[in-house]
Amino acid sequence: MNYKIVVLAKQVPDTRNVGSEAMTPEGTVNRAALPAVFNPDDLNALEQALRLKEANPGSTITMLTMGLPKAIEILKEGLFRGVDSCYLLTDRALGGADTLATSYSLAQAIRKIGKFDIIFCGRQAIDGDTAQVGPQIAQKLDIPQVTYVEDILSYDDKKVVVKRHIDGGTETVEAPLPLLLTINGSAAPCRSRNAMKVIKYKRANTNIAIDAMSDEEKAFFKTRPYLTINQLGAAEIDADPNQIGKQGSPTNVKAVKSIVFKAKENKTLTSSDEDIKSMMSELIASNAI
Amino acid sequence: MANYYTETPELKYHLHNQLMRRIVELKERGFAEKEQYPHAPQDFDDAMDNYERVLDIVGELCSEVIAPNAEGVDHEGPKCENGRVEYASGTKVNLDAARQAGLMGLSMPRRFGGLNFPIVPYIMAAEMVSTADAGFENLWGLQDCAETLYEFGNEDQKMRYLTRVCAGETMSMDLTEPDAGSDLQSVMLKATFSEKDNCWYLNGVKRFITNGDSDIHLVLARSEEGTRDGRGLSMFIYDKRNGGVNVRRIENKMGIKGSPTCELVFKNAKAELCGDRKLGLIRYVMALMNGARLGIAAQSVGISKAAYDEALAYAKDRRQYGKAIIEFPAVAEMLSIIKAKLDATRAILYETASYVDIYKALDDIAKERKLTPEERQEQKKYAKMADALTPLSKAMGSEMANQNTYDCIQIHGGSGFMKEYKCERIYRDARITSIYEGTTQLQVVAAIRYVTTGAYLNLIREFEAQPTAPTFDILKDKLKDMADRLNMATNQIVETKNQDLLDLMARRLVEMAAHTIMGHLLLRDASNNAELFAKSANVYIRYAEAEVEKHMAFIRKFRDENLADYLYAEKA
Repeated sequence: MNYKIVVLAKQVPDTRNVGSEAMTPEGTVNRAALPAVFNPDDLNALEQALRLKEANPGSTITMLTMGLPKAIEILKEGLFRGVDSCYLLTDRALGGADTLATSYSLAQAIRKIGKFDIIFCGRQAIDGDTAQVGPQIAQKLDIPQVTYVEDILSYDDKKVVVKRHIDGGTETVEAPLPLLLTINGSAAPCRSRNAMKVIKYKRANTNIAIDAMSDEEKAFFKTRPYLTINQLGAAEIDADPNQIGKQGSPTNVKAVKSIVFKAKENKTLTSSDEDIKSMMSELIASNAI
Repeated sequence: MANYYTETPELKYHLHNQLMRRIVELKERGFAEKEQYPHAPQDFDDAMDNYERVLDIVGELCSEVIAPNAEGVDHEGPKCENGRVEYASGTKVNLDAARQAGLMGLSMPRRFGGLNFPIVPYIMAAEMVSTADAGFENLWGLQDCAETLYEFGNEDQKMRYLTRVCAGETMSMDLTEPDAGSDLQSVMLKATFSEKDNCWYLNGVKRFITNGDSDIHLVLARSEEGTRDGRGLSMFIYDKRNGGVNVRRIENKMGIKGSPTCELVFKNAKAELCGDRKLGLIRYVMALMNGARLGIAAQSVGISKAAYDEALAYAKDRRQYGKAIIEFPAVAEMLSIIKAKLDATRAILYETASYVDIYKALDDIAKERKLTPEERQEQKKYAKMADALTPLSKAMGSEMANQNTYDCIQIHGGSGFMKEYKCERIYRDARITSIYEGTTQLQVVAAIRYVTTGAYLNLIREFEAQPTAPTFDILKDKLKDMADRLNMATNQIVETKNQDLLDLMARRLVEMAAHTIMGHLLLRDASNNAELFAKSANVYIRYAEAEVEKHMAFIRKFRDENLADYLYAEKA
């Protein structure tokens, strides 16, 4: 079967290598100090999508991201690996969105993109760690979802069978198409960029950016339509202004605290009987043993 | 993410060498394909940007996939079952990753599915792959064979086979036999033409064939019945899909254990002739070997890089007597020598690769149109220089890779003798580089004529005429002095007209030339970029000066009657 595949991905600050300057004094994430990267779980999702496409010639992958204009970088990373077309959803009106407004905006964009069989997204993003956006999108599109997927075991034109990561093991789940899968970080790592595709797509840009170029540059892009990335705004996805951006986000962050473990939380014990006895009674008192 | 390419600024420096503009212009035929292929460059800067981007992919793949697999591959190794080779599991992962990344057939023309890369960036990729895992470089680097098939095969063969190589199928060159190692003229594998089937059949045994169970083989075989020398040999293409070749066994080797070295049995294996009959050894294998020698030079430099990285990291980390051992001059000196030899062999590697690029591109253009007299002259000049420098790159690169891995273990002390440390594998992997694709002794045989004809000296005099930074004048004087000594020593030996004496001294003379040439290249690099190369230029040229002095002393003090001490004679 030819699958129409959608991959959702997010550009995130690289919180895996957090230094002392990761947070601003106001307690928000200091995005300037952290390099922007392809959200790790989304790379696992992309790999699953690419494998499905490869095993089913004729399938297509459309990649969608919502974020700042610079998020085009991760769309290009997708093109470098075998994605067929891309959509960049970016608009000031969409900014400041929580998971509810984000999932609404992405669901609207997916409706706009058209028919699909499987949506792949990462389990969660490393900046918010909510793992809510994928499931909420499935809910809004009224399709089944399987979360924490590690591998796709089999598929046909009606259903997929997947291996799902659960506490202490895995479970095998069968689910009908169309559906949404969130892919766990324990799934196969994403492949490397492809040399020929990197050269082919290195100039890819949004239709908006291309419109602003000189006539000569425009002509270059016109003869190479594969280099155009579709940019969408709130208007193009027919978004209800009350459901997007800050307006559509009931979540309020009251405060963010940077917790630094203090030395006094440690206790040094010697091997003396007295110290061991006191530790035993403390552990028994706290029901630890 | 770790990335060998971005973390090694020396590579970017060599990629942007002064011949690159000419190389790209020739290779891209004035950017004739820019409207035809989405992956063809628009201009010079675009082409260079493409090379960098692809080397970035190679660098990442090496750091993230190939290097972490190297230890497992070394332990597990390939297996031979039912006449077929099964790669180690890590090797399979590496091959899949390299295929997915589109890194097979890099230098092939676009019409076959390649990227039309020059040899300089291709060799750079080979160097990095070798740093990650020298054994894997053998499998990846055998795409070199495609170059020979491209040069000498017909259009139909190219279309059928090169497209498959670009899509990721592997190759091998089946030359060696039990009784034909260095002396390939003795190859006996028999090729018989069948009028009935209108094809050739191969019968016989090949030995020590790297990646012998590959998809597409180039085979050297005796097509002319009754002949005994090189003129009776032709080159054939054997396609594994046709069957007829089985792997009898694979060798249990000291190093590069992930690379299967096979003994092959050809039983009525259907094959097709590549190029013309009788030119197999004298023309095609010579071309194949030159490419392969450059490949081994790259493999050697890659190994030296791995040795340097390991030695440096350990020397910084290991503490004795209250400080890191790198702070002891005896250790620091070893490190600076490793780095200097690495930089020197890398410099001659990319210098050679650039020369090869220019003459090969012109060779290729000559198939399309007549070269202008200037182009013909350029082609001749660079072909000659490439032929002169290739044996030096291979000989010095591989010998120094061995020295560097030895010193790397020395820096590790007792720990380096244990299997836990990477340096032990690198040391074993290095050992073959000065043996296969022509031993160092055979490289000397190829190189000595450029000593006696004065070709190296002419090249050195050209280097001397190039402007260099005044800071390094003292080095330049040393190099001039070294060239004079090379000249003196050469004259002294040549004047005796004693072939035995010349054979005995050949290696010393070739090394004197090589040290001087590599010294000049480092001097040039230090003048261009002192930050990257000044230290290595200083260290290397002082080392080279002492080496030249040593050889000079030996030659000068040598008496005719001493010769008998070195030559073998059966006692009466």
